[in-house]
Amino acid sequence: MSKTMSKTQRKEVVENEVYHKKLIKRRKPNRSIAGDVFLYVFLLAMATLMIFPMVYAINSALKPLDELFMFPPKIFARNPTLDNFSDLFVTMGKSWVTFSRYLFNTVFITVAGTAGHLIVASMGAFVLAKYDFPGNQTFFKLITISMMFTGYVTTIPNYLIINALGWVDTYWSIIIPAFASPMGLFLMKQFMEGLPMSLIEAAKIDGANEWRVFMNVVMPNVKPAWMTLIIFSVQGLWNNRAATFIYSEERKTLVFALQQIQGGGIARTGQGAAVLIVVIIVPIITFILSESQVLETMASSGLKD
Amino acid sequence: MREFFSKYVAYRKYNASVAWKKAKRSKMCYAFLAPYGILFCAFYVLPVITSIFFSFTYYNILEPPRFLGLQNYMSLVLEDDVFLIGIKNTLMIAVITGPLGYIMSFLFAWLINELPRWIRTIAVVVFYAPSIAGNLYVIFSVFFRGDAYGYANAFLMDLGIIDAPILWFINPVYMLPICMVVILWMSLGTGFLSFVAGLQGVDRAQFEAGYMDGVKNRWQELWYITLPNMKPMLLFGAVMSITQAFGVCDVTMALCGYPSTDYAARTIVTHLYDYGFSRFEMGYASAIAVVLFLMMILCNKAIQSMLRRVGT
Repeated sequence: MSKTMSKTQRKEVVENEVYHKKLIKRRKPNRSIAGDVFLYVFLLAMATLMIFPMVYAINSALKPLDELFMFPPKIFARNPTLDNFSDLFVTMGKSWVTFSRYLFNTVFITVAGTAGHLIVASMGAFVLAKYDFPGNQTFFKLITISMMFTGYVTTIPNYLIINALGWVDTYWSIIIPAFASPMGLFLMKQFMEGLPMSLIEAAKIDGANEWRVFMNVVMPNVKPAWMTLIIFSVQGLWNNRAATFIYSEERKTLVFALQQIQGGGIARTGQGAAVLIVVIIVPIITFILSESQVLETMASSGLKD
Repeated sequence: MREFFSKYVAYRKYNASVAWKKAKRSKMCYAFLAPYGILFCAFYVLPVITSIFFSFTYYNILEPPRFLGLQNYMSLVLEDDVFLIGIKNTLMIAVITGPLGYIMSFLFAWLINELPRWIRTIAVVVFYAPSIAGNLYVIFSVFFRGDAYGYANAFLMDLGIIDAPILWFINPVYMLPICMVVILWMSLGTGFLSFVAGLQGVDRAQFEAGYMDGVKNRWQELWYITLPNMKPMLLFGAVMSITQAFGVCDVTMALCGYPSTDYAARTIVTHLYDYGFSRFEMGYASAIAVVLFLMMILCNKAIQSMLRRVGT
């Protein structure tokens, strides 16, 4: 605004801006319509490509047998049925170990592993984020380094360690290592750094001990991070085939059993597609339900140095 | 010189005593950290150390390890030509899918950032879903089936580009490129979420200031305002995509078979599985693991020091 404008004039301008509410939201500056259209068409095309295999898988799971082998093949099912799913349950019911047993194994591993991971990792993250003690920085650096290599590197020594502990062929071989996943602790710690220290100090002045501060003050305030930890942990454990550590059939996980069916060849094409859907449905639904909380946590996920 | 050393020792002693006193006062912290710390050491730190130890030995689980010195590493580099194929393939996959997946993650996160809220939510789910979809990638073996009934073959034959079906997963020429496509499809993972969240957190006032200072188009906005603000997320995303790019094995094993024709789809991790769990040569497999470990850490460090210069 120029200096020559009088005070009243300036006021008028401001008032006009306030009271004349625009019907169409003002476009951001620096955006050309052509550019916007081009980018969004590109985005839409990419989104279609990304979702296509998934749509195809869902449709093959819904196709009756004659449509599955139709030539030329169609992407969308014309007479969708749930036959493949019911066939799947029939096949599973006939197996030596019942379906409910596999389901129980997976659910037990997932729930126990996630719960333990949540408690253990939040306790560690709490002191790492909020207190300064010797070894704090070093330990956190170790955790960031451990995120830099894949689990495959440690498969063999992990097996030897589990073997030495006598946990081979028990649920613990999957559950206990899941407690120590570095990703969860990292995200929790970064999120907890955003909590004001005054909150903790206030609770301490009111006479709460460290455990009470942790349980009643810190934990209720980091619920988005809980959700994120749960999501990542569930994704990892639900898809865990547990083939390395568990060999007796009655302790195998659902995913392992389902993938056996998938390997059943042409006759089980429909059931195989149904298996794919059953396996992916849990991680995807948990993600959709907690998407906003996950994003809130990820906002503090950056690596600072 | 002696004086210097004695001073240095005294200084270190003093520091250590201060740290010890501090540590004594913060027993509570160690108590809180202990459960995680013990598990972390047992399942992440200790395995790396044992891996390094076994890599210098011959060990097959049944007999006690026999010390070999550097021989495992020597035979890895000098005699094992399959390992060299594995290194070449892993590097090819990492060099192509790593940066591409990383750029894709950022690009899509940036593009959907300006969409209205509900469309953004749907877009995040659509782009993120493949990376959590378990082994949904086996569906690609239907698209690229080797006979004329496969979608890709039928499509190309209809167009008259090829006249005989291509054996996509058996012909070494096509194996890696298709695996790369599949890996790229799955590459919008945790890093992507981090980018989406980070972009939401960029301060609006900085854009306003940018317009005043003459930022002309969206690309300048990206380079001068968005990217410098996103640096921590960029570092995090880089760690995620490098780790993923070097650890490829599920996709190649599921699509191209194990072992694949001419070992054309062998990666370092596949080689590690071969020696660790098919031949039980744990010492040799540990040497492979150590090589992979060093490659990942060095690559991460290099990329991090590069990313620190973004936008400055």
